[in-house]
Amino acid sequence: MSQETLRIQKISGHAGTVPGEDTQREFTVCKLVDTTTCIGCKACEVACVEWNDMPFSQTTFDNTYQTMPDTRWNYWNLILFNEHEREDGTLQWLMRKHQCMHCAEPGCLEACPADGAIVQYTNGIVDFQQDHCIGCGYCVTGCPFNIPKFNSVTKRMYKCSLCTDRVSQGLEPACIKSCPTGCLHFGTKDDMKFLAENRAKQLRDHFGYENAGVYDPPGVGGTGVIYVLHDATKPELYGGLPSNPTIPLAVKFWKHPLKWLGNVALVGGLIGLFAHYLKFGPKAHEDSDTASKEGD
Amino acid sequence: MTNGWVDMKNTDMMLIMGGNPAENHPCGFKWPVEAKRTRNAKMIVVDPRFTRTAAVADMFCQIRAGSDIAFLGGLIHYAIENNRIAKEYLVHYTNAGFIVDKDFKLPDVDGLFSGFDPEKQTYNRASWNYQGSGGPPAPPAAKPGQPAALPPLPGTVDFDPTLQNPNCVFQLLKKQYSRYTPEMVERITGISKEQFLKAADLYTSVRKDGDMKKVSTIIYAVGWTQHSFGTQIIRTAAILQLVMGNVGRAGGGVNALRGHSNIQGATDMAGLFDSLPGYLKVPTPADASFADWMKRITPTSSKPAAWDSFNYYSNTPKFVVSFLKALYGDAATKQNGWAFDYLPKVDRNYSWVQMWDDMYNGSLKGMLAFGMNGVAIGPNSKKNIDALKKADFLVVGEIYPNETSDFWRAPGISTDEMKQIQTTVYNLPCAGFAEKDGSMTNSARWVLWKNTAVPTPGDARLDQAIVAQIFLKVRELYKKEGGKFPDPILNLTWNYSSPSSPPLAEVLKEINGKALVDLEDPATKQQIKAGQQVPGFAWLKDDGTTLCGNWIYSGAFTEAGNQAARRDPSDPSGMGVHPGWGWSWPANRRVLYNRASCDVDGKPWDPSRKQIWWSEGQQKWVGNDVPDFKVDSKPKDHMGPFIMNAEGVGRIFGPLAAFADGPFPEYYEPTESPIDNPLHPQQTHNPVVKRFKTPDDKYATPKDGYTIVCTTYRLTEHYHYWTKNNPMNVQLVPEPFIEIPAELANDLGIHGGEKIKVSSIRGEYIAKAMVTKRIKPMMIDGKRVYQIGFQIHQGFRGITEDEGKDARTLANLLTPTVYDPNAYTPEFKGFLVKVERA
Repeated sequence: MSQETLRIQKISGHAGTVPGEDTQREFTVCKLVDTTTCIGCKACEVACVEWNDMPFSQTTFDNTYQTMPDTRWNYWNLILFNEHEREDGTLQWLMRKHQCMHCAEPGCLEACPADGAIVQYTNGIVDFQQDHCIGCGYCVTGCPFNIPKFNSVTKRMYKCSLCTDRVSQGLEPACIKSCPTGCLHFGTKDDMKFLAENRAKQLRDHFGYENAGVYDPPGVGGTGVIYVLHDATKPELYGGLPSNPTIPLAVKFWKHPLKWLGNVALVGGLIGLFAHYLKFGPKAHEDSDTASKEGD
Repeated sequence: MTNGWVDMKNTDMMLIMGGNPAENHPCGFKWPVEAKRTRNAKMIVVDPRFTRTAAVADMFCQIRAGSDIAFLGGLIHYAIENNRIAKEYLVHYTNAGFIVDKDFKLPDVDGLFSGFDPEKQTYNRASWNYQGSGGPPAPPAAKPGQPAALPPLPGTVDFDPTLQNPNCVFQLLKKQYSRYTPEMVERITGISKEQFLKAADLYTSVRKDGDMKKVSTIIYAVGWTQHSFGTQIIRTAAILQLVMGNVGRAGGGVNALRGHSNIQGATDMAGLFDSLPGYLKVPTPADASFADWMKRITPTSSKPAAWDSFNYYSNTPKFVVSFLKALYGDAATKQNGWAFDYLPKVDRNYSWVQMWDDMYNGSLKGMLAFGMNGVAIGPNSKKNIDALKKADFLVVGEIYPNETSDFWRAPGISTDEMKQIQTTVYNLPCAGFAEKDGSMTNSARWVLWKNTAVPTPGDARLDQAIVAQIFLKVRELYKKEGGKFPDPILNLTWNYSSPSSPPLAEVLKEINGKALVDLEDPATKQQIKAGQQVPGFAWLKDDGTTLCGNWIYSGAFTEAGNQAARRDPSDPSGMGVHPGWGWSWPANRRVLYNRASCDVDGKPWDPSRKQIWWSEGQQKWVGNDVPDFKVDSKPKDHMGPFIMNAEGVGRIFGPLAAFADGPFPEYYEPTESPIDNPLHPQQTHNPVVKRFKTPDDKYATPKDGYTIVCTTYRLTEHYHYWTKNNPMNVQLVPEPFIEIPAELANDLGIHGGEKIKVSSIRGEYIAKAMVTKRIKPMMIDGKRVYQIGFQIHQGFRGITEDEGKDARTLANLLTPTVYDPNAYTPEFKGFLVKVERA
């Protein structure tokens, strides 16, 4: 992984040509989370907070080992805990590292009206550019995983950057680096898929998990974070992982025709900008008041 | 550990019990996970709660806290009944075929072994011996008023290789655990018969039909040690492993996970009152001279006539003399018994719990508390606080103020009462772990050197500088003022380049030991010059020509330099040996007793996991690890692989003074238990365990209204009572919580997050309830019993505590003052409480 892979291939709210579009991608990067060897130690949570220099959060105990109910603008990586009783009476304590999934087809980027606020690099990382963010919160609408979070002070949206700074220097993301059991892996999507499928097969063949499988949902074009699950038929058990996530129709409907129209019309760029301004510009402020209450 | 962290990747089967490594040893836990991933190894977790470790296990059994011996005894019974034992190993590598004294009696009738003295609450262990002949002469008859000295082990032991003699160890073992049927296991532990049989079948499946290829490991931590029979739980595990032939083998063994990064090192360096460095036994007042002392603590071999026994502890005088030379240098001479008179003679128990009792009763006047929080770690924190109120002085060396330094303002002490407390408290700012160098010894016995990362802040000083300066001041006073017996202080060796702050590398060199004259090994003709570091403990002498601070660490800092600082990650055998990474005691050996990894002829039980083997060509033992054996002892000479035992074999039967409470483990109930012992209701508890008698020492029964079994534990998010000062950790777990079964919550009408009060007869603890499915109600001997637990990490000093938001009483206010009679570890797990809405 080098800086080469950090060339932009998709840009939010951008009507013109995208520099790097259709570039041959050498690698798509991918995190593999093997939930069957996760012990919920939270080392990845701590590594994320520390590497990204996040301020500490106030938390309260809420009948769970989980640090907080959901990710926050300053807490991008959270292990979700679920006590699950199986039909045979045995118990499972499911733990899943929850963070941005870095979708191949990112709903947030699709929904984002601000030019350049969300980009996707050629290596697949979906990254928020707070300099261009208008804080409208549309990305939340577009995200099937409820990831982007609003900071009410900076009026910007935040989420996991997949440690772009580290990855561009050939390092693994901080969460991966900190994992003590080797439940987290990082590499190319192909390699991670291979590892994940092998592990799922091992779980089916030798450990009695007949529904073990890999979570890499096609509805969003596959994800840059994939999971090995004991039971891939019930991803909801893992802290509400959607079984078939898709970009909401509304987002697809108004974004794609708009882009298409823009391209057809010779003044597409201008119209697009104008339409955005007319349609969404003012809404940015309204939305910022009603956004996440956790932004402190 | 007999083995090590990395070695766990070699296993086929894991029993994790009395420990929660995913929670408390997450980094080491990568190796059990590795075994699952690379070998399809199976993991069985037995715990009072469904833990983080259970979350990745293949099977979980919920056990009542403290009933472990019943479960493990049941496994031994199952293994024997189903021929899942290692026959050849049993006959040749354990004392299974040794014949036991005819006067020895099992506790199957009344719960007592032979020789119990109810008045003194101790055993006369004379009948806990082998039958045989020869050996050293019997000791003289006891003087009036003194207990009779034990007879010696016979030099030649009567032996039955068929294991059929009704009085051989194996038959006694079989009889002892014949009572531990699956039905009995269910009554005591709460694990259903069906589930127990499933677990037993799975665990012993590695020895199906006696096949020796596969290997299983047992992994435990303080969940086993912290009981009034903790040592015997571990004994039961060791017996099971010997019966199944799992000791000495890669991926096998009995593996203690030590709680702190250097607790193994602390134990090795005589952290306990009854040992000197390297587990040498301290002298007692009965030892009139150095010779007497050596005679008592140096074993003579005890074995079947046709066998050989290395009896490595026959070298004890070499280790002791070298140790005394390290302590006293030229002042230790042959004429003065190597300064034997300088050593304190340990006349009774000075263990942790006893020490606080002494302070409470006024005989212990002051305390230097470094690197631990005595009030918080308890047990029975109130007693410790009350004891400190009576002390003259307390010196605390710490990086944060804690519950010990601030005992005088514990919750419940009024301002008026504070004024009455006369204890002078000195708080000394110490260096944190990253601010000092030195070695740390991990659970795998690996001695690992670390460098200083950052300088000490402000006035903080290194621990050794504080201790050294106290010593130098005391010595100065002795020099100036004399005193009754100044010699041990004045003659103590203190040859450090900086006496007021000894560099730890110099200390490690001293621990390793050096030659005081030119020496030559007669066998290899290798020579070392006077003043040179010895290459290992084989060079130590009992004539005063070597010095060595701790014989088991000899080899850690040789002429080749600091071996603990080595960082060569290579692993030529691929078996996780990593011979060039740090240095492990003894002799850089990674798996102890590894002679037992081969059959009698010296061939590995499993050719795919070769540790050491007998080389016909070289006529010696060679291999991927350092042989734990006499390297030129031919297999046909039948030297036993357990060279540290006088018998040369593993002890299924622990003879004579080995244990205070029985040569075989017997199941006894915890001091506070919800039922009478179903095995022998007339003898519910460990008969030799004593209770304390101060007003702070109270013990409950279910009749007092305390019917819920409670246990305590730690969280991965926190480190003891320390990280409550760190906002990162506080963010992860901001406040304490009490885990209770959903059914109990239902009975009490409590929802998760509501405050509840847990009371034992000694104290109360209030925190939010965590209502969980991970602890189920249990049927114990026909009674429905609830079990709860809570973590220990909060107190009354820390970030949130100091903000006044969250001042807490200590978890250990609830735990009883009672301890294991062999290791003196307090019983933190498995006491009785009641629970109500706060």
